[in-house]
Amino acid sequence: MTMATADREVVIKVRGLVNRLGGNLIHDDIDLDVYRGEVLGVVGGSGSGKSVLLRTIVGLNRPRAGTVEVFGEDPVPHRERPENSVQMRWGVLFQEGALFSSQTVAENIQVPLREYTNMSQALMNEIAAMKLSMVGLPADAARKFPSELSGGMKKRAGLARALAADPEIVFLDEPTAGLDPISASQFDALLRDLQKSLNLTVFMVTHDLDTLRATADRIAVLVNRKIKIGTIDEIRRDPDPWIQEYFSGTRGRAALDS
Amino acid sequence: MADARAWFRLERKGRLLRFVAGGVWVVSEAARLDRELSGLASGGSPEVEIDGSGIERLDSAGAWLLVRTKRALEQGGARVTSLSLPDRYAPLIASIEQEHVAQPVVIAKRHGFVPVLERVGRGTVGAGRQGYRMLGYLGRFMIEWFEALVQPRGNLRFAALLHQVEEVGINALPIVGLLQFLIGIVIAYQAANQLRRFNAEVLTIDGVAFGVLRELGVLITAIIVAGRSGSAFTAEIGTMRVNEEIDALETIGINTFDVLVLPRVLGLLIALPLLTFYSDVMAMIGGAVMCYFDLGITVPAFMRHLQHAISINTFLVGLIKAPVFAVVIGLVGCFEGLQVERNAASVGKLTTRSVVESVFLVIVLDAGFSILFSILNI
Repeated sequence: MTMATADREVVIKVRGLVNRLGGNLIHDDIDLDVYRGEVLGVVGGSGSGKSVLLRTIVGLNRPRAGTVEVFGEDPVPHRERPENSVQMRWGVLFQEGALFSSQTVAENIQVPLREYTNMSQALMNEIAAMKLSMVGLPADAARKFPSELSGGMKKRAGLARALAADPEIVFLDEPTAGLDPISASQFDALLRDLQKSLNLTVFMVTHDLDTLRATADRIAVLVNRKIKIGTIDEIRRDPDPWIQEYFSGTRGRAALDS
Repeated sequence: MADARAWFRLERKGRLLRFVAGGVWVVSEAARLDRELSGLASGGSPEVEIDGSGIERLDSAGAWLLVRTKRALEQGGARVTSLSLPDRYAPLIASIEQEHVAQPVVIAKRHGFVPVLERVGRGTVGAGRQGYRMLGYLGRFMIEWFEALVQPRGNLRFAALLHQVEEVGINALPIVGLLQFLIGIVIAYQAANQLRRFNAEVLTIDGVAFGVLRELGVLITAIIVAGRSGSAFTAEIGTMRVNEEIDALETIGINTFDVLVLPRVLGLLIALPLLTFYSDVMAMIGGAVMCYFDLGITVPAFMRHLQHAISINTFLVGLIKAPVFAVVIGLVGCFEGLQVERNAASVGKLTTRSVVESVFLVIVLDAGFSILFSILNI
């Protein structure tokens, strides 16, 4: 990423964010910019508020203080013109896929299309098939119900749903957690391909150092209720003990120096 | 951006057909493009050139429409000589062209005759399997139960048992008491209205006593407990199943029957007869209150008449059903809980099923008891 950050379009803008959960201060005055077309990896220890940050940006959690803007807007649905909502311009992949259990995979993928466009059923079926093959699922998965899928397949199906309406931003919550290393690295490659061909902006919460190295352009570390952002090399030079432990522990070195 | 449009036009140059596309080929335009593109044909031109260099924005839905159009033209016998696009979209169109040859997904119909037939078949087979499993479960319960009685090996957990008695019995007192009191009032009111025509108002007391003590006391209590506790058993055990807690118990070597099923069924077995007695008392109080206000029968007069009207058997006939209902509710609740699969949706589904099944069985058994008692002349 050689482009100067100054002249790149900011798609997610967080300013002065404060979050409290159950009396605990989770985020203390956090600023964050995410640029169009980049993959931002968000890391941090358990309970450091990675998922809370994601949930705050997509509007599931109201912050105590501070502002969140996505495409320069407050991320709440438009009442009069829902087709202009930011919800149509992002896709979210939750940890367990969060597929609607009463619907088949194909119907799940078509939910955003049905909600925001008036496509014919035939076209939606074609698009569902296309998204399935994009995320590497076999065509016969379309008819299955979420309860019939393995964990990895659920994640892929969830990603297909997140990508259904061709969003500009994709939020991923621990996309490779619980996947075997082969599936995880396939997921990394898939994410990279999709990101390039669709010019996606990706906001990814993850623990997986391999995924970070393979996909992330920049890394945001949540540590001590603050956030530190930089490329992976910049972050590794940070003297913070948690960051040193994270990146220079045996696992970190094995993943990053290979 | 939302106002930008996608467009395409056809240019014919002799043998060559040029398909020129421009604008924003994105998902929000896809529905319109889809309609306009359907029925597009090469019109006999053997060669087609697709020129998408005027496209300002392209996403995967738009790219799919382009690829689909190209394929349709090729199927119509034309040869597509070139497909040009701005360079930045080359990877997208390439990946869609290479990989996505998939047939469109067909969504299975959920209505119509054949799906109904399928569901009926599945339902029948499912019901058969369910009955078979339940029988096996009942057998296992009998064996465990027998073992627990014959050679107690400390497998009865008293703390868990007491907890269940509290949860099922004591915590149900307010709702059961209130409802039974109201039932007493309702029956007394209806009976008094009918019997007044025959100048036999005093028989209202008999009506309330027989109705409540033989049938309604135990039946209503059992139905409330099925809704309150049977469902709770299923939900609790089912949630444990989802969290793999039951698997954890088994790998530690703890008998899940001992810790999950026995305390619940035994707790219910202790609590439901007690609750039934309490229900009977509350309903009689309701009846007495109604008799006093509606018919002017004082409480002492009510009591005196009651003593003549009924024998202890009337009360026992009702009470004897309570332990049977308790076992049915407890077993169904625990059984359905253990049937839960490892997903949250199945907890809800089976909880509903557990309540429906136990209420159904309670009423069927109650009818069975009525027949039995009438044969025995009790």
